[in-house]
Amino acid sequence: MHVNTFDRYESRHSVIHRLDPRVKVVVTVLFIVANALLPDGAWLAFLAAWALLLFVSGAAQIGLGTLLKRSLIVVPFLLAAVTVIFTLPGNALTQWQLGSWTITPTDAGLLRFVSIVIRSWLSVQMAILLTATTQFPDLIHALHHLRVPNILVSVISFMYRYLFELANEAGRLLRARESRSAAPMGPNGRSASGGSLLWRAKIAGHMVGQLLLRSFERSDRVYNAMVARGYNGRLLTMNPHEMRPSDWRLGGLGVVAILLIQLVARL
Amino acid sequence: MDVMLIPAAAQLLHIPDGFLSLIISLVCWGITAVFLTLAIRNAQEAFDERLVPLAGIMAAFIFAGQMINFPVAGGTSGHLVGATLAFIVLGPSLGLLAMAAVIILQALLFQDGGLVVMGANLIVMGIVPGYAGYTIYQFWHKRNGRLQMIGAGVGAWIAIMLAALVTALLLGFSGTTSLAIAIPAMLGVHALIGIGEALITVAALAFIRQTRPQLLNREEGGQASSGWIAGGIAVAILVALLSPLASASPDGLESVAEQAGFLGAAQDAPFQLLPDYTIPFLGNGGASTIVAGIVGVLVVAGLMYTLTRNLRKSEHH
Repeated sequence: MHVNTFDRYESRHSVIHRLDPRVKVVVTVLFIVANALLPDGAWLAFLAAWALLLFVSGAAQIGLGTLLKRSLIVVPFLLAAVTVIFTLPGNALTQWQLGSWTITPTDAGLLRFVSIVIRSWLSVQMAILLTATTQFPDLIHALHHLRVPNILVSVISFMYRYLFELANEAGRLLRARESRSAAPMGPNGRSASGGSLLWRAKIAGHMVGQLLLRSFERSDRVYNAMVARGYNGRLLTMNPHEMRPSDWRLGGLGVVAILLIQLVARL
Repeated sequence: MDVMLIPAAAQLLHIPDGFLSLIISLVCWGITAVFLTLAIRNAQEAFDERLVPLAGIMAAFIFAGQMINFPVAGGTSGHLVGATLAFIVLGPSLGLLAMAAVIILQALLFQDGGLVVMGANLIVMGIVPGYAGYTIYQFWHKRNGRLQMIGAGVGAWIAIMLAALVTALLLGFSGTTSLAIAIPAMLGVHALIGIGEALITVAALAFIRQTRPQLLNREEGGQASSGWIAGGIAVAILVALLSPLASASPDGLESVAEQAGFLGAAQDAPFQLLPDYTIPFLGNGGASTIVAGIVGVLVVAGLMYTLTRNLRKSEHH
């Protein structure tokens, strides 16, 4: 496994990359909140929001393909929203007969569904841009500046630090299992060597337990090492973020754009 | 062995932005903030400066643990979601803190779950399954080994079902989906996911009990009781906040009508459920809804009962 497996940062030299992470977090959250406030079928506002998104991604030199590919993560959830097409009262568009069920898509339902899809798609892309243009430690540091409880911030940055280590540990456990037992179903649907389903579940559970104990012991060692080097409960950083005038300007510009989009929706 | 390993477990419980109404998202953030503040305070008292490395590494463990799967059939596999295991082994405060770190990192780094709806995701994947699984396990905690393990398994399964139910309710209240379809669908899918979760949780606990029994016999002591009071109050707030919201929400007229039926049924005696419950737009699909409704009410009532019972118990100490 490569060290960068869990990194979603796209290294570029752009205005957006250089922007203070605090500004990026605040504008992203505002953008998503504003999206949630856009009424159903506010097509012009959706278009304006998308234009803003395109503008930011252009400035950040992040390709649309990257954005699109990563935004697919919301697709499974669309399944949950599909039902509104048929259950929201409105004018029937057509009727489908499915056995004894009559399914009637309505115009109001379709409008709601398409709006949900657009809103969530816009929101997730802005969040992707935030992660793609900000290194994770900087992002976490911004949360600290934005008054997120210190303990929570420290725990998350610690988790990020050990994510790779423990994922590797899990990978080693999986590889060991693969080479010794619990193979998946063979091509004919017959179990190759895996034993019963219950047995496989038990082995997976034992592996989780094993990983838990190893993690527990590792946390002990890490803590001891930290104390040995003078840790007193506070994490230090060597990256003092400071807001520059350009950060204020660009952040302000973003907020104004978001407000304008709301205005477009209300006109 | 690379990107594929990023856990896809419980994908359906990571709500993306845009699927919940803003009011529901904000209420969820409020509830989450209360729980998280109390959990941080309790955990800090219990572990002091050791807390950060411990919680951070255990959070990374939950993330990595979700990668460990077991083949079921036809290319599908069983996964761990982790809330019940985390709460049982680490205790509720540290468990919630670790789960919160996992959920926040997944949203920030992988967009697995939204930012504005993160409060809701913390409720759905951390608070609800964690406290539910932990409470049920506690009932069997003092019994002998086999019963204890059964308790953990039942707890883990119900925890996943409750998480699915709350997700469906939040989506329904937001007018994003129809409760009549979402509740049976979510409960149906997660009944299977829950079995995988239960099996892994039990086997992991059995392994730990065999190799490090002292880990499972730690008591959180005085902090546990204050944690319970907080838990009970917060669940009460959750219910109290959601019920007026159900009728005040401007979105989804049809779902409001449905919720009114649903919540009304929750307050009345169960036998009144059937005559009052009519679903105008789903002529013959109603039976499944009613069954789902009864299951939901029973499960929520059971959770409330156990929580208040524990609350009373801790007051006697």
